[in-house]
Amino acid sequence: MKGVDMATDLLADGQSASGGTARSGPQTFLDVRDLRIHFPTDDGLVKAVDGLSFSLERGRTLGIVGESGSGKSVTSLGILGLHRQSRAKVSGEVWLDGEELIAASAERVRSLRGQRMSMIFQDPLTAMHPYFSVGAQIVEAYRVHHNVSKKVARQHAIDMLGRVGIPQPAKRVDDYPHQFSGGMRQRAMIAMALVNNPELLIADEPTTALDVTVQAQILDLIRDLQEEFQSAVIMITHDLGVVAELADDILVMYGGKSVEYGAAETIFRRPEHPYAWGLLGSMPRVDREVRERLIPVKGTPPSLINLPSGCAFHPRCPYEGRNGIPCRTQVPTLAEGSDHGVACHIPPADRQRIFSEDIAPAL
Amino acid sequence: MINFILRRVVTSVVLLIIISMVTFGVFFMVPKLAGTNPAELYVGKSATPADVAATARKLGLDKPIYVQYGEFMKGLVAGREYDNGPDKTHCAAPCFGYSFRNDRPVWPLLLDRLPVTISLTVGAAIIWLLGGVLAGVISALRRGSVLDRIVMVVALAGVSLPIYFTGLLAQLFFVHNLHWFKGGEYVNFADDPFGWANKLFLGWVTLALLYAATYARLTRAQMLETVSEDYIRTARAKGLRERVVVGKHAMRSVLTPIVTIFGLDLGAALGGAILTESVFSLPGIGRLSIDAVNTKDLPVVLGVTLFGAMFIVLANFLVDIVYAVIDPRVRLS
Repeated sequence: MKGVDMATDLLADGQSASGGTARSGPQTFLDVRDLRIHFPTDDGLVKAVDGLSFSLERGRTLGIVGESGSGKSVTSLGILGLHRQSRAKVSGEVWLDGEELIAASAERVRSLRGQRMSMIFQDPLTAMHPYFSVGAQIVEAYRVHHNVSKKVARQHAIDMLGRVGIPQPAKRVDDYPHQFSGGMRQRAMIAMALVNNPELLIADEPTTALDVTVQAQILDLIRDLQEEFQSAVIMITHDLGVVAELADDILVMYGGKSVEYGAAETIFRRPEHPYAWGLLGSMPRVDREVRERLIPVKGTPPSLINLPSGCAFHPRCPYEGRNGIPCRTQVPTLAEGSDHGVACHIPPADRQRIFSEDIAPAL
Repeated sequence: MINFILRRVVTSVVLLIIISMVTFGVFFMVPKLAGTNPAELYVGKSATPADVAATARKLGLDKPIYVQYGEFMKGLVAGREYDNGPDKTHCAAPCFGYSFRNDRPVWPLLLDRLPVTISLTVGAAIIWLLGGVLAGVISALRRGSVLDRIVMVVALAGVSLPIYFTGLLAQLFFVHNLHWFKGGEYVNFADDPFGWANKLFLGWVTLALLYAATYARLTRAQMLETVSEDYIRTARAKGLRERVVVGKHAMRSVLTPIVTIFGLDLGAALGGAILTESVFSLPGIGRLSIDAVNTKDLPVVLGVTLFGAMFIVLANFLVDIVYAVIDPRVRLS
C-alpha cells in the first residue's frame, strides 16, 4: 500500500511544490493524518486533538493558530512522540519523509527526535535545565546523535551560539541559563534545537515570553536559519502577527480540531470561518480609535471533555442557527482536497458575503 | 566563591558563640535562679557548707555569670586551671569543663565516645541515603504500582515507629531468637572489624530505617515533581535515552534538596543518636549525654550540647558550600 503511495507521491511532487498550498499529496515531507490525542482523566476523556490533518513541505512554514487549550502544543508534542503512552492515547498517522511515526517503536522515534525533528519551547527559562551550563546542554543535544568528542561538540556548540547571535559565544558557552537574558535564552534554545540541522522544526510560541523588539529578532533568526537549512517549520502561536510574518500556510485550531486551513494569504485576506474572523478582530490595530482597536471573541474556550454538540464553536458564534443551518447538531467537516478548507455550516457564498460586507470593514 | 565561604565561616562562628552563651546561661544560671547551688551537685550529700564553698571557688561558681562564661570560653581556647590554693586541677585546651562525677575533663570523655557515634551514624547514613533515594526513585518511576505502595507503606511505618520499638523488636528477633547477631559489648573497628560490624549492624538498620523512610518519601515527591518539569521534556525532545533523562537530568534536580537534608541529618545524628545508642547499648555521645543528665553532671551536659551544636553548625556550613557547588544559581545571591 505504502509503495503505491510512494510512487504516486513521486509523480505528484512537482505539482505540489508549484501549487504552493497546504493540500498536497501524501508524498509531502510531513504528513499528519487524522491525528487524535486523547487523555483519559478522572473527569472523563480529554480530546485534546481530535482528527487533525495537515501536511508540510521542506523549506515551508505552517502556522498553527488558536487560543489556549485548542490543542496546538499537544499536537506538536504528539508529532515528536513526547506523550507518555500511559497518559495519552495517540492514534492516526504522522508521516515524516515517508516514515510513519505513531506506530513506530519508541526507540526509533527517539533516534529521530532532536536530529531530524526538533522543537523550540515556549519558555526558555523553564525549558532549559537550571543546573547545566548552556554549552553543556547544547553539547549533549549534539552528541546524542553524533559520535564526536566533547571538544568537537563544544566547538560546534560555540559556532551555533555565534550563529544565533550570542555575543562572545566562546565565553558565554559556559554560562548557566539564569545568567542569560530572556532573548538570549531563547536564542540559546534555538541553537540547541538547530544543532543537528533538523529537517522539521516545531516552534511552540517561541516569542511569547519576549518583548517586542526581541520578538522580531527571534522571528528573523528562525526565518534565516530556515532558509539556510531548508527546514520545514511549524510555528505554533496565538499571535496572528507572528504568523503573518512567517507562515506560508495557516491552520486555525478550535477545540482540538482544525476549523480553517489554507494559504496564509487566503486566511488573512478572505477568512471564512467565524472563529478566524474573531481572531483577526482580536489583533490590536494601532490605526484605530482606542475603543475599537480590539474586538474580542466573546465567551470562553470550550471544555475538551464535553465539547459543545455539533460545531464546537456554536455557543460563541454570532451566526449560529441562521437560516436553519444545523450548527447544534452536526459537526462540520473541513472539505478535503480543496486549497482552502473551512469547517462551517454556513454556505460558502454566504460566508464570503458576510466577510466582505460585515467583517472586513470593521477589521 | 571565596567571599561566599568567608561569609559563611563568620556566620557559623557567630552562631556557635550565641549557642554557647544560651547553653551556658541555661545550665549555669537557671539552677541559680531556681535556688540550687551548682556546687552542691558536685560535692555529695554529706558535704559541709565549707566544702561546698571551696568547690564553688575552685570551679569559679562564686563569680558573676559573665565572668564564668569568659573563663569557660578562655578555657575552650587556651585550657584552664581549676585552682583553689593547694587543690589544683588542670584541664587542657579545648576545655569544655571538668566532670567531677567522672573526675576527668569533659573533652577527653567526648573524644572517647566519638568513634562509637561516628561508627553508628556514618554506617546508618550510608544505608539510609542509598536505600531511601533508591526506594524513592523506584517508587516514583513505578507510580501507582504494587511496588510503589509497598515502599510507601514501609516508609510510613519507618517514620511512625519509634526506635525503642523497632530496635527492641529487632534485638528480640535477630539476637535472642535467631542468633544472627551477637549482643554484648561494643568493640573497636581496629580490634575486630567483624565484631564491630556485627555489633553495629542492627543499630545501623534501625537508625537508617527512621531516616530512609523520610528520604524515600522526599525523593519520590521530588522525582514526581521533576519529571513534569519543562526541562525534562526538553531533555526528551533532544532525543536522549530515558535512562539519561531520568538518571542525569532528573536525578540532578532530585539530589539537590536531598544533599541539603542529608548534611543536616548527619550533623544532628553525630551529635548523639540517644535512643539508638541506648537501645543497642552503644557507648557513644548519646549515651554519655543521657548518663550525664541522669547524674546531673552539668559540665558534661553542657559539653555534649555544645559538641552537638558544633556538628549541626558545621553540617550547615558544609551544606551551604556544597549547595553553592551543585546549584549554580546560589553563587550570585
